[in-house]
Amino acid sequence: MATYDLAVNGKAVKVTGDATTPLLWALREQLNLTGTKYGCGAGLCGACTVHVDGVAVRSCQTSAASAVGKKVTTIEGLGTSALHALQKAWIAEEAPQCGYCQSGQIMKAAELLGKTPKPTREQIVAHMDGNLCRCGSYPRITRAIERAAREG
Amino acid sequence: MTTTSTTTSLSRRTLLQGSSGLTLAFAFGVTTSDETAAFSASGGRLNAFVKIAPDGVITIVSPALEMGQGVNTSLPLIIAEELDADWSKVKVETAPVAEAYNHPILRTQMVVGSLTLRGFWIPARTAGAQARQVLLDAAATLLNVPVTELTTEPSTVVHAASGRKLGYGEIAAKAKAPDKLPEIKPEQLKPVAQFRLIGKDVARHDIVAKSTGAMTYAIDATTPGMIYGTIARAPVRGSGPASANTDEIRSQPGISGVYLLDHAVGIVGDSIAAVFAARQKLKATWRDAPGSNMSSETARAEYQADARNADKKGTVGRNTGDTNAVMATAAKVISGEFTTDYVYHAQMEPHNALADVRADGTVEVWTGTQWPTRARDDAAKAAGVAPEKVKVNVMQMGGGYGRRASVEYVVDAVLLSKAAGKPVKMILSREDDVATARLRPMTAHKIDIGVDAAGKPLAWRHRFAADTVVPYLYGPARMEAQKGVDHIVFAGADVPFYDVANHQAEHIYEERGMRTAAWRGIGAGHNNYPIEVMIDELARIAGQDPADYRIALLKDPRAKRVIERVADLSDFKRKREGRALGIAFAKLGLPPVGFSMAGTVAEVSLDRASGKIKIHELWCAVDVGLPVQPSNIVAQIEGSLIWGVSSTLKERITVKNGAVEQTNFSDYEILRQSETPQMSVEIIRSGDIPLPVGELSISGVTPAVANAVFALTGKTLRQMPFTPERVKGALA
Repeated sequence: MATYDLAVNGKAVKVTGDATTPLLWALREQLNLTGTKYGCGAGLCGACTVHVDGVAVRSCQTSAASAVGKKVTTIEGLGTSALHALQKAWIAEEAPQCGYCQSGQIMKAAELLGKTPKPTREQIVAHMDGNLCRCGSYPRITRAIERAAREG
Repeated sequence: MTTTSTTTSLSRRTLLQGSSGLTLAFAFGVTTSDETAAFSASGGRLNAFVKIAPDGVITIVSPALEMGQGVNTSLPLIIAEELDADWSKVKVETAPVAEAYNHPILRTQMVVGSLTLRGFWIPARTAGAQARQVLLDAAATLLNVPVTELTTEPSTVVHAASGRKLGYGEIAAKAKAPDKLPEIKPEQLKPVAQFRLIGKDVARHDIVAKSTGAMTYAIDATTPGMIYGTIARAPVRGSGPASANTDEIRSQPGISGVYLLDHAVGIVGDSIAAVFAARQKLKATWRDAPGSNMSSETARAEYQADARNADKKGTVGRNTGDTNAVMATAAKVISGEFTTDYVYHAQMEPHNALADVRADGTVEVWTGTQWPTRARDDAAKAAGVAPEKVKVNVMQMGGGYGRRASVEYVVDAVLLSKAAGKPVKMILSREDDVATARLRPMTAHKIDIGVDAAGKPLAWRHRFAADTVVPYLYGPARMEAQKGVDHIVFAGADVPFYDVANHQAEHIYEERGMRTAAWRGIGAGHNNYPIEVMIDELARIAGQDPADYRIALLKDPRAKRVIERVADLSDFKRKREGRALGIAFAKLGLPPVGFSMAGTVAEVSLDRASGKIKIHELWCAVDVGLPVQPSNIVAQIEGSLIWGVSSTLKERITVKNGAVEQTNFSDYEILRQSETPQMSVEIIRSGDIPLPVGELSISGVTPAVANAVFALTGKTLRQMPFTPERVKGALA
């Protein structure tokens, strides 16, 4: 067991584990940041998406050890003092149904808007294609991203 | 707003007979002296469903279980409507497990069949109206005026004659609770025309928490001293471990216990990462069970043979007229055969529960379930305590779709906690969630339709061979009580809205030892596909357009209307270059509660070389009776259409040696963003009662797509899902 110093949502924190301990479980079990969800454990669904240095990664496939010295952002840290534009848009469009995949969807969408503030619909669909939603909220996710891009 | 699970224990004092025949239990304080105390002494509780705090905050205790369908907003909204509540002051609390919150039709606390609003429609309004009447009566005393001079506006009682007003919070703070709750008669309910919340798109109260990561699911629950666990269930139903490398597993880092249970191997440890890592090292041998030799490929052919073989008798679940006699006299009999495969729920939150079996004989459980009563009772049985010793914290579900009406994962958590002597959060890995899938049955259908010389259907016989669900989900006694009719598998096999005088539907049981469950849309998902493909065939025989033919053959005006509307929306008769349209009718409901209806049109193209179908656009006109929250209805209809597309094109579980062959989203693919068609939904209001919504629009997709593919190719797709290989096979 080793201790890793991480910067999560702007705070310095310590987590323990071995070299392979997934960031997902360190966030959820040790830091109580449960907005990041476990869906498949194999990088197939996107429910566990967080940002490492602004890049959307699957936290189930990312070790906590590999995040040392990098900035980790979870859904809880996305909107720092107020709701992020995407969260406002998500609420306005009433995108979530069961809601379980939505943290990952929003984090993935935030990566897109970070790079491409005014994405086309095709860019949105291509970027979001790896994030699964079983309830079928895809049309509203797309609309919410378009709204966030519009209303910023 | 937040959702919490209330811990208030209810003592039943006064019973009120609702107009639906439902007995509503109401509660105040626990002793006689409390009953004359101020409402504030009992937490502002007006009845089992409404509490009002002195600051005017109204807590509505909701028996609706939220899994994404929005009922934990729409049911409280109905109560708030009759209460005349200021919605901005309403908080929603999920009801504890108590008889007072039983579903009025299902008579247990359960959310299935898209029946929540329909079942609670009158009881919920009655509860809201009763709470309002309590406030009016109390205000009359406080203002010393006759109650007949009082009216309400949102969260306020008004005495127009004197211009005085009292806020609901003020009344709750000052007034005494009545000795007896007022009885509300149906005619005292608010006229539908005066609704100001229902039908008006009030925001869902769970949306903010679900957009910020703050919503708490069972997988997020914690309790002091908690450890983690998982269950490696026998791959075949009824089997269990014969042996396992328990010593090796126990020696893995972070592992504190390994248990050979009758049906599974349980592993517990100090982190879920450690538990999952140890799970991957588990080597177990399993006892044989009845399903150990089951192969879905072999079985499908046997199901088909059984459906075809008239000597193989099944259970006749629907029978009108004299099908056999009329069939024998028909000018011509047309027949069709179809199959559908096993499918998995693929809810995004893998099964889990947190259980704390304590030394003092009490048990606490945190879980997402569609059936809290069963969760409590099964947890009690597993822990060896009485049900009243079990407290169930009913959590938001990360998807349910019928799967969470089964509660075996709650039992597993209880067994692990009992064995470990600590609270255990049991989580299944996705691989184990798939491996222990409870499937929608595999089905094989044969439909025979006797037609007259003009091609009009006179007699319709639908035989389907399929696994059963009811005996496994509810127990054999329920099946017996229903005279052997498995209503979950049977759903949608009748054709009551078509003008077919003689109709018989028969279910040939295929008991192969498979784990089964209700799956979103239940039987309609496999039964409506062959029915609506055959309707297109009848239209061709009659030489008519498929929309016109349906409108003529449907005898119910609401049914005609959804087809007329969807044909209009989709401009059905306009030819599309390289693409074609297909249409289907669908229904959801039960005769005593009423049916919602949908007309669906799919626009598809086909890559003949690869066999890949592309669904470009879907139109859906739905008649849902009274639409309570139109925007949420659109979300549910779209979500169900997407579910329908996913199951039509992709989803398929195969079984070998009794075990599920798929493992994760890599080999059980569900629909993605890029595969999602354009969708247009039109809601038709047809009355003053909300009808089933959440599963309505699934069963029209498959036949609409099959009918569109026929329009393109002249070939009928007879095996669902319509995978590229199968499409190529059908075209060859």
